[in-house]
Amino acid sequence: MASQIPFPFIAQQPLPPTQSTKIVIEHLTLVYSDGHESLRDISLTVPSRAITVLFGPAGGGKSTLLRAINRLNDLTDVKRLSGHIWLDGVDTLDPATDVIALRRRVGMVFARPVVLPMSVRQNVMYGLELAGQHDRRRLSDAVHDSLEAAALWDEVHDRLDEPATSLSGGQQQRLCLARVLALEPEVILLDEPTSGLDPISTEKVEASLQALKARYTIVLVPHSVQQAARTADHAAFILDGALIEYAPGRELFVHPRDPRTEDYVEGRFG
Amino acid sequence: MKSSVPARRRRRQWTQRAGFALLTLAAVVTTAPIVLIVAVILRRGLAALTPEFLLTFPTNGLRSGGILPAILGTILLTFFMTLVVAPLGIAAGIYLAHYAPDNRLTRAIRVAILNLAGIPSVVYGLFGLAFFVIFFQMGTSILAGSLTLAIMTLPVVITTTEEALRSVPNSFHVVSVSLGGTDWQTVRRILLPQGLPGILTGVILGVERAAGETAPILFTAAAVYLPNLPTSPLDPTMALPYHLYVVSTQVPSMPAEVQYGTAAVLLILVLLMNVIATIIRSRARARRHW
Amino acid sequence: MSLAWRERMVQVAVRVAGVSAIAFVLVIFFFLIQQGVPALIQVPLPDLLGGRWYPIEDTFGLVPIVLGSLLVTLGATVISVPLGVATAVFIAEVAPRSVREVLKPFIEILAGLPSVMLGFLGIVALAPEMYRRFNLPTGLTAFTGALLLGWIAIPTIVTVAEDALDAVPRAYRDGALALGASRWQTIWRVTLPAARGGVLTAVMLGIGRAFGETMAVMMVTGNAAVIPRSLGALFQPVRTMTATIAAEMGEVASGSAHYHVLFLVGILLFVISLAVNLVGASVVFRARTRAERILS
Repeated sequence: MASQIPFPFIAQQPLPPTQSTKIVIEHLTLVYSDGHESLRDISLTVPSRAITVLFGPAGGGKSTLLRAINRLNDLTDVKRLSGHIWLDGVDTLDPATDVIALRRRVGMVFARPVVLPMSVRQNVMYGLELAGQHDRRRLSDAVHDSLEAAALWDEVHDRLDEPATSLSGGQQQRLCLARVLALEPEVILLDEPTSGLDPISTEKVEASLQALKARYTIVLVPHSVQQAARTADHAAFILDGALIEYAPGRELFVHPRDPRTEDYVEGRFG
Repeated sequence: MKSSVPARRRRRQWTQRAGFALLTLAAVVTTAPIVLIVAVILRRGLAALTPEFLLTFPTNGLRSGGILPAILGTILLTFFMTLVVAPLGIAAGIYLAHYAPDNRLTRAIRVAILNLAGIPSVVYGLFGLAFFVIFFQMGTSILAGSLTLAIMTLPVVITTTEEALRSVPNSFHVVSVSLGGTDWQTVRRILLPQGLPGILTGVILGVERAAGETAPILFTAAAVYLPNLPTSPLDPTMALPYHLYVVSTQVPSMPAEVQYGTAAVLLILVLLMNVIATIIRSRARARRHW
Repeated sequence: MSLAWRERMVQVAVRVAGVSAIAFVLVIFFFLIQQGVPALIQVPLPDLLGGRWYPIEDTFGLVPIVLGSLLVTLGATVISVPLGVATAVFIAEVAPRSVREVLKPFIEILAGLPSVMLGFLGIVALAPEMYRRFNLPTGLTAFTGALLLGWIAIPTIVTVAEDALDAVPRAYRDGALALGASRWQTIWRVTLPAARGGVLTAVMLGIGRAFGETMAVMMVTGNAAVIPRSLGALFQPVRTMTATIAAEMGEVASGSAHYHVLFLVGILLFVISLAVNLVGASVVFRARTRAERILS
């Protein structure tokens, strides 16, 4: 059995007084019909306005955990789901939850940049239009503000009406980020957002995240341990669907408490 | 070993060459007649396509004059048919592509569609007669004929729609949902626009087929000769394919120009739709964003 | 909430549309039965199974027209299957890209040609050829019908079979070629067997198409409802079930025995076609079906 840190979670050091808790995951168990990538009794806290990193070997359930937070797992064949995910004190796994509203509060950026088959501008506006926003002025402002926040405005401001597919891979991914930001979410989930990108684009995305964490709660699945170590304010090591260890960033990578964490961080398995 | 390796290889090469030649021959035999058909009909028929032929009524027992009511009739039949089959078929296609769960009902629907696709066109004619003409008392009418054609064309439209929607990458759906979109919003804003060329192609091909079908309208809508254009959907009508049948088999001393002319109009109509469908398809493929 | 309400409406609407397919099949079957079963009451069964179809004398022996359908379909199959499969193999495996791009539209055009138009050409071109070549009393024979029908059924076979061959993974071919097989050997020993299911489906659908064809067949087979007694009957006029309905329905009094018997023939057509098409489609049940396949 995995060495489980019981709920309520106690960090290695108490959280600074400025940090509150945004999301609390309580005894989350999720099993897909095909049995892959399940989660077994995961409990952890995600502080607000910080970058929490979920890292671990492939197939360990990190994506599953991420998708549970914005209920994207509803799209797949879930055999068993139990536990709670408290967002600002309200359980999002409750069937009565307004899932649409939830997904506007919790945005997601995926591993491959999936730009919609429209122009750059339309991509960014898409979420807002779904929400019923028709005010041209508001939409225009949102396009500008979110592209700025995603550090993309300077590069695309003169080609907003071109197809989004004409952008480079790195630009497309930042466009996906802008698309999420346009909805002014509270939480941003990122699933290996830089896995297909060149180092420069990766750097830009990581820089954006550092700037964004002042306003948003960020949960990131990194594509490498190094990225995890670079970006994490808090880090959770997930192995085979279980939470092995969770600590403020530096701690976990410098002084891992569990031998498995240490092995993974050291690169002894991957 | 009796035969040497080079000899066996030579024999293999000869077999291959002969085999490929046979296959080529088969392909030629299959496709060359198409060229001949089009050539023959157009050569002898184009000359007959005078304004008089296209815009006036038949006279002298269909032997002279024009075929306007038949052309108009076919247009009316296919128009009303499309009004019915397009919304119904596209909706059903959307259901199968995006909403239908993987259960027995869905499988039954698919089996039903296969069934509908396999029914001979003359049986549709019988059904149309019993159901629309007699039971619903529409009489031999454009309405009865269009509705019969609509049910006949339904499987094509459903299948093309489903396939067109399924070919849109699923990632768009996931992204749309993650941004707070409902199923219908995703269908309306992404799937349908992206799948539209395929859907259009399917509808056009369905119309193309329906325009050329005789058996379904034989007892439900078609008349050999009408002195006036139809004024209501409950009137019977002349139609191109039926007209071709009549002038080629039912009337003695029919001038060949009338026959070839009618065939030419039908052929041009069919080819036109084929070309339009092909253009839509290739343009869509070129402009695809994925 | 308006959005939720609209969502629900759409869900219901598309579901109804989907289910309508089932409804239509049931309704069609029901009405065919309703109009066809009375024939079994009005005409004694032994008569129906008799060998003379002579409605004027109230003789409704189904055997000649059933056999007529079978004979013509059989002939059509003999022509369409080899040609269709060979053409499909040619397009999928042998033809260079440029030729493919030309042939495929041609096949599509062929699939779209109205059968009445092909029947017309059959009368003016094919039948006189038969008449001259084979020195027959008339060019309108079962053979003419089989020839024409065979050719009409080819696109159905080609589109489905070509699909099936295309779907065979490259790895199969590459593997065989890497082992030293020639392209010819690869086709016949690897690719075609791998596509066996789809090709069989194609053949069944082609047979179904030939069997259900009406106008072209009606126009060139001479419409004589006599029992084909020998293979020589191939070169004599014959009549199919489909042509019988098309030719006689117009002159029939509603409610008469003739009327009901024609519906009975319709039921036969319905059931046989369904059986052929379902067997073909279930051999390889693919969720993806091409519209053209259903079309032709």
